[in-house]
Amino acid sequence: MRDGWEMVIGLEVHTELLTASKLFCGCANAFGAEPNTQVCPVCLGLPGSLPVLNERAVELAVAIGLALHCTVAPSTFHRKNYFYPDMPKDFQISQYDLPINAGGYLDLSDGTRVTIERAHLEEDTGKSTHLGGTGRLHDAERSLVDYNRAGVPLVEIVSGPDIRSPEQARRYAAELRAVLVATGASDGRMEEGSMRVDANVSVRRPGEPLGTRCEIKNLNSLRSLQRAVAYEADRQVALLEDGGRVRQETRHWDDGLGQTSTMRVKEEAEDYRYFREPDLTELVPSEAMVARVRAALGPMPAERRAALTALLGDAEATGDVLDTVIQGGLDAFVRAAIEEGIDAGLALARAANELGDAQGAGRLDVPAFVEVLARESAGRLSATQAKTVLGDLARAGGTADDAIAARGFVPMSSEALGAVVATVIGEHPGEWSRYVAGEDKLAQFFIGHVMKATHGQANGQAVVAELETRR
Amino acid sequence: MNALEIAADVRAGELSAVAAVDDALEAIARRNEELNVFVHVDREGARARAAEIDERVARGEDPGPLAGVPVGLKDNLCQTGVPTTCGSRILAGWRPPYSATAVERLLGAGAIPVGKTNMDEFAMGSSTETSAYGPTRNPVAPDRVPGGSSGGSAAAVAAAMVPVALGSDTGGSIRQPAALCGLVGIKPTYGLVSRYGLVAFASSLDQIGPLARTVAEAATCLEVIAGHDPRDSTSLPEPAPDLRGHLDDGVAGRRVGLIRELVEGADPEVVAATRAAADALSAAGARVIELSIPELRLGLSAYYLIAPAEASSNLARYDGVRYGLRVDADDVTAMNVATRTAGFGAEVKRRIMLGTYALSAGYYDAYYGQALKVRTVMIEAFARAYEQVDTLLGATAPTEAFALGAKVADPMAMYLSDVFTIPTNLSGHAAISVPFGRGATGLPLGVQLLGPARSETRLVSAAAVLEAGREEA
Repeated sequence: MRDGWEMVIGLEVHTELLTASKLFCGCANAFGAEPNTQVCPVCLGLPGSLPVLNERAVELAVAIGLALHCTVAPSTFHRKNYFYPDMPKDFQISQYDLPINAGGYLDLSDGTRVTIERAHLEEDTGKSTHLGGTGRLHDAERSLVDYNRAGVPLVEIVSGPDIRSPEQARRYAAELRAVLVATGASDGRMEEGSMRVDANVSVRRPGEPLGTRCEIKNLNSLRSLQRAVAYEADRQVALLEDGGRVRQETRHWDDGLGQTSTMRVKEEAEDYRYFREPDLTELVPSEAMVARVRAALGPMPAERRAALTALLGDAEATGDVLDTVIQGGLDAFVRAAIEEGIDAGLALARAANELGDAQGAGRLDVPAFVEVLARESAGRLSATQAKTVLGDLARAGGTADDAIAARGFVPMSSEALGAVVATVIGEHPGEWSRYVAGEDKLAQFFIGHVMKATHGQANGQAVVAELETRR
Repeated sequence: MNALEIAADVRAGELSAVAAVDDALEAIARRNEELNVFVHVDREGARARAAEIDERVARGEDPGPLAGVPVGLKDNLCQTGVPTTCGSRILAGWRPPYSATAVERLLGAGAIPVGKTNMDEFAMGSSTETSAYGPTRNPVAPDRVPGGSSGGSAAAVAAAMVPVALGSDTGGSIRQPAALCGLVGIKPTYGLVSRYGLVAFASSLDQIGPLARTVAEAATCLEVIAGHDPRDSTSLPEPAPDLRGHLDDGVAGRRVGLIRELVEGADPEVVAATRAAADALSAAGARVIELSIPELRLGLSAYYLIAPAEASSNLARYDGVRYGLRVDADDVTAMNVATRTAGFGAEVKRRIMLGTYALSAGYYDAYYGQALKVRTVMIEAFARAYEQVDTLLGATAPTEAFALGAKVADPMAMYLSDVFTIPTNLSGHAAISVPFGRGATGLPLGVQLLGPARSETRLVSAAAVLEAGREEA
């Protein structure tokens, strides 16, 4: 961000809800089925069909609202009218002036509080595939539509314009995803589209009123979100510094090109002609239901972060590693390891780096994690071996013993290690002389060569001990 | 033949359902070309179903209260596999893969749908002249319209093709054709009959109801189709009311209000018939007073904003993408436009435009929003009236059946045909139209009895009194 400018970012996050059936009919809500096999007269919008609200979807929406400190209130459904081939009724049933959840907030680990304006229920559209041209509707030769997704329940979570950097936008989305997963309402999978993020971005001189915003769509990962927001803010600043003005429009993020481009401008924007959905009655969540949902909510990420921070003390509680552990739902692993006397730094590092964003804990259970780290701490597994085993366990599950045995990771005898160390010393007489003369940092040099020779099976501390006996 | 007699004879094994259906099919064959009543006749389906009914009777089973009764279905009611066009080109060839709840309930009671009846396109009209499949003629006077939009269902009963038929009533579309064809027609309380499977015109106003020659037949049919349906979120929670058990309750001690706004501007014969109906109710022991509910005058204007607004949204789905007509073009938007341009008739287009405008940014508050307020005002006015009286009385339509083509070029004149029926749709209340009196040229007239939500029991007993009074007159 160039000096003298401030970014103002608000995010609209859509999450599909983990219900068994769709929002207004009994069709299965499941990803990946053959196209147009999970459809019925209602979700196809056939003439004469009528929607009936899925109570489970309401409960999950309430869970999200409560987790985001929203007020859960009586609400209504509206029709959002516009023509699009993947929308069977050519209107979307959504919520408008009276959403089920409003007025909440989400605290980020950097201390920022982002307001949540609303978190409302609506139905998803079908999915279009455009063949020919650039793969977008306007220049396609043919378009195919899969209505399996039509009518899948969504909650749209709208933040206030409280986010100030691309990094913070990513941080918000990651924390929100963790909250959604913790409520059980969502699987948070951006790559499958079950969580989708749109970003509203504007820039201004600090203290000035809000600038004209652009909405960015097609953000399929946290990384895309961060890159797109940064690109867009730079674009707007450059435009303004050149004496131009920002046009209010919807922009498409191209991840390959790393840039945004115009999708549609405000003047072309639809008038959605919202009006009350006459086929549905007012949605009034009962106090009993809200109380039940509240009681069933487990601890949210912020609470778990505080608990883990308290356990770690100040020293180890560094932001990103901690966020990765909390947002990945790995804090139970770390806590168990620390309680077994394993070094907190090691536990955090292994959880964050081996089980973090990429794959998660998978089939790895807490006892196996603790056992692997205990062996590593005792010098019976090298760091490389420990990482390998954690990866194996995350994929295939099982006990630590079995996974280690399957890899053939047995600790090297001191005789075998001594022989390797002697060979390495013999190959590097100059470095050895300097080490003997007191150049301690060369220990790393010898450890590296021993690791290479043993394919990572040697234990670093044992190598140092061997070097010392020969020094 | 009366539906109740057919059902009684079929259940007793004295009449075969196949014979009853064949009679209906013959009657249709005799006059359908002249009158254009049925747009689709399900000959094979009806015969097969009738044979099933006969087999069940032979096995000693009871097929239900409408056993073997041939019925007509307005062409906006879905029946699995049977063409459903809503009188529109845009749905030409569409066969729904499911049946409306009301149709399922008819089938469950042993009734036999024989076909789909003509209607104003998407139920938008008062004469059955906006149908893409040509106008229906009034069997009583074939140069006249049968009323609309359920004109096909009314004509089917009036021409004795079927004893009962289902229609739908959004602004009077059951009651007005019932009046113009000399029949009984019921617009039930909103939510009494499930709308599942009724192709929507204006969702907050639409109700399915019966048309029949007698109050007893209409009441029996309504009892069969009414009652809670979990597939319609606006369906009332209660089971169907007992109507047949109250046909002979009479009106002694009942307070009836003759509503000035529901006769003003009507033909003198219509006013006279309504007054005569008031006298008949008095003679039967009701206390009739004259009442004014000035708010009812606002009904027509509010209706012509609310109904088109909802229709503009309900009819958006006819876009050529999934079913019905498609007119190919270079891109999706052009295909949508070409399809809708070719598929919808002038009246439907007029109302879509009206409704789109009424909901548009900058106009919503002045039009749609204002109409909703009027609707609330009208509901409150009805509530005040029902503190004074149990039942309201008025004319059903301002005129007798008018000549074919007479109002086609003048939408406002056509819209005024529904001025007396619209308020009940806006309030969601119940109403029944009963034949009473004759117009200047001797054609049948109807009067309307109105009651609050779920007052059908009272309405059918009052209607039975008028029916008897008419026979005596």
